[in-house]
Amino acid sequence: MTTVNYKSVTNNQATALKDIPVLEYSKFADMNVELINGNPARHCVNYFGYHLSDKISLICCIADDDLHQIFVSSALVEENTELESLTFRNHNFEKFEREIHENFGIRYSDHPWLKPVRYAHNRFDKKQRIEGYPFYEADSEELHEVGVGPIHAGVIEPGHFRFICNGEQILHLEIQLGYQHRGIEQLFLQKTQLLERSTLAENIAGDTVVGHTTAFVNLWESLCGHTPDDGLHYSRILALELERIAIHTGDLAAVCADIAYQLGNSVYGRLRTPIVNFMQEWGGNRLSKGLIRAGKLNFPFTAGHSKRLLEIFDSFEPDFIEITQKLFNLPSALSRMEKTGVVTYDEVLEIGTVGMAARMSGLSRDIRLSHPHNLYNSIKHKPVIKRHGDVYSRVQIRREEVRQSISHIKGVLQNVQEIRQPLNVEMNPQSRKFILSLVEGWRGEICHCAITNEEGNLLVYKIKDPSHHNWMALAQSVRNNDISDFPICNKSFNLSYCGHDL
Amino acid sequence: MVSLLLILVVSLFFSGIIIRTKSILSGRKGPGIFQPMLDILRLWRKGSVVSKTTSFIFQIAPTAYFSSVIMAVLMIPHGTYPGIISFEGDFIMFAYILAFGKFLMIISALDTGSSFEGMGASREALFSMLVEPAFFILLGSFALFTGQNSFHDIFSTLHYGSQISYLLGGLASFVLVMIAMIENSRMPLDDPKTHLELTMIHEVMILDNSGFDLGVIMYTTNLKFAMYGALISNFFIGMLPFEISVPLFFAIQIGFATAVGIIESFMARFRMGHNPQFVFILTSVSLLIFFGVLLVLGKFA
Repeated sequence: MTTVNYKSVTNNQATALKDIPVLEYSKFADMNVELINGNPARHCVNYFGYHLSDKISLICCIADDDLHQIFVSSALVEENTELESLTFRNHNFEKFEREIHENFGIRYSDHPWLKPVRYAHNRFDKKQRIEGYPFYEADSEELHEVGVGPIHAGVIEPGHFRFICNGEQILHLEIQLGYQHRGIEQLFLQKTQLLERSTLAENIAGDTVVGHTTAFVNLWESLCGHTPDDGLHYSRILALELERIAIHTGDLAAVCADIAYQLGNSVYGRLRTPIVNFMQEWGGNRLSKGLIRAGKLNFPFTAGHSKRLLEIFDSFEPDFIEITQKLFNLPSALSRMEKTGVVTYDEVLEIGTVGMAARMSGLSRDIRLSHPHNLYNSIKHKPVIKRHGDVYSRVQIRREEVRQSISHIKGVLQNVQEIRQPLNVEMNPQSRKFILSLVEGWRGEICHCAITNEEGNLLVYKIKDPSHHNWMALAQSVRNNDISDFPICNKSFNLSYCGHDL
Repeated sequence: MVSLLLILVVSLFFSGIIIRTKSILSGRKGPGIFQPMLDILRLWRKGSVVSKTTSFIFQIAPTAYFSSVIMAVLMIPHGTYPGIISFEGDFIMFAYILAFGKFLMIISALDTGSSFEGMGASREALFSMLVEPAFFILLGSFALFTGQNSFHDIFSTLHYGSQISYLLGGLASFVLVMIAMIENSRMPLDDPKTHLELTMIHEVMILDNSGFDLGVIMYTTNLKFAMYGALISNFFIGMLPFEISVPLFFAIQIGFATAVGIIESFMARFRMGHNPQFVFILTSVSLLIFFGVLLVLGKFA
């Protein structure tokens, strides 16, 4: 066992940059790998690099769900150098190291899958182009390759999927993303107004507006040493849980559409509408844009809203329960979902998935319980855990989380009658700080990290959407399944392209 | 002649009824029953875009497919009125002229060189192959039952003497409805509404077709439905007079279309791997009909 040499912080705790120990790379690697290996309660929430004068500073954050702590350590390495990878010893670091390789040209000698992640605008090797992505190829007469995309058949977001199949059976799937890259992390540094940054946070992933904006505002408030009152926290819980209900219901509709169950598709589709319409009534936008702001709330949640929301739930719940009973008792639907797209506990642990993609296989990862933010510790939250890791488990989690979110919201509404409009406060970030903010969005753990310089300006802003981890789980889930079951596997994960591409 | 006209009329609104049924059952109003036909007319006014990688096969296939179905339609009788083409053993030609059209569609899909269309073609070929025994055992049984061997003779001499023979008519309708669903790639084998090219069968084969060609293929689907509906109605029309048989014909066609709409509303489609098992069920039901016929004819001691 190497010596314990990390700074232990909690979620949203701003810490002085100088308190994070800087280790030699080999010790840094040994320690972080040993922290995770053999401990399912720990996983890597973020691992990134940034330029520090002419060197690269690597920062690794390992979250411990039992201790509610995050272990932060760092190492200084040269640019364009050759190192041994952490991935070789633990696959949790796979995509993080690919990203560091892509951005800073660090060559990992023993990384098993050292391919570009998203072809970032500021990548190290500009000669590498998205057209020349090095796909895994099967040199075989019997096997055939099917390439899907980058234009999606349903014209949603772009991504390329390369299947290697034996007839109808998928042997291997490689997912190549990066088409949605907008340089959001760079924009966070360039745009200095708080409003600009809040708007950027809202647009990281269009389906997780509340999740990403909450991560940003929590981080920003702590970074500025501002303590918001409980009303603000409760409004964020409300928005997060409403977003979860709306997206989960929409996902159930989409799963029904993929298995061609028309009744489910139309009923779930209809049920999603009153929830997003309520967001329109409350915050003036169905996707909740403009609702979550640092230190304030532009749209106070009134007693009228509370009454209206309870009315909506009164008509939502019976219909939701009825159609859910129909769907979960329909043999043809069950036969499509059960044992389709299985990812085992060992596999999700190895990949390091988060959110629903972990809970589907019996791995309890829920930030609301493990690293509570926004007064989630005042709610008795119990994560919904399933064991089989198939499409059915993922659909079941959605069914149960919708009902759980409704009961959480009802609980919150009893506690807070009226949310006060907080006064506009002056907020200035502190200098030389490191801060990490974790939020459980509907898809899973969202992680935002920031480092400030002497003047208190942002030096680094690092975003990690849950999709970052979970795309690999999708690629694993379809192995040995029928290629015609890929769409339902994909939909049951419902991962974000732009959240990954940033 | 009578049956050709009736089938052409029904083909104008058959898929409109399916769509309307599905709309109403999902709580929507839905388009008028002639809307699918109007969409086809719109496509017929357009030109086609043809991929440079394809050969003449791709261009002749839609028309050949349409012609094959028209030729098959010409063989369908209406009760005592024979089809325009009618000869001994015509149901064998009926089956293979349809297979010819389908064969051209399959090689036209392969012609495009797209990996999706290749998958669709392979699925279509597999399911069509599995359907064939069911169709021949069914019509063979009725040929044995009536002692005739052309469509017109079989249907015009078909009369139900006992309860078992009613059962045979019911089972035959079931098999033919299901054959029609498979031939037209409808639920529960395939979902015509899906946008997911990895799961489609028929739709994926025609991804490259556009404009006029696409319109022809879509109309052929309607025509095929109406043709199978007419075949089913023949099991019940028999020697009924014209005034009764024509309303009965329409009633059966509308009932058939509504049944398709109901099936598509209230169940999920099968997993692709389960489809061959399902198609085989039809063969076993046809065998049941065959044994029923043997029973009626007293071939069992």
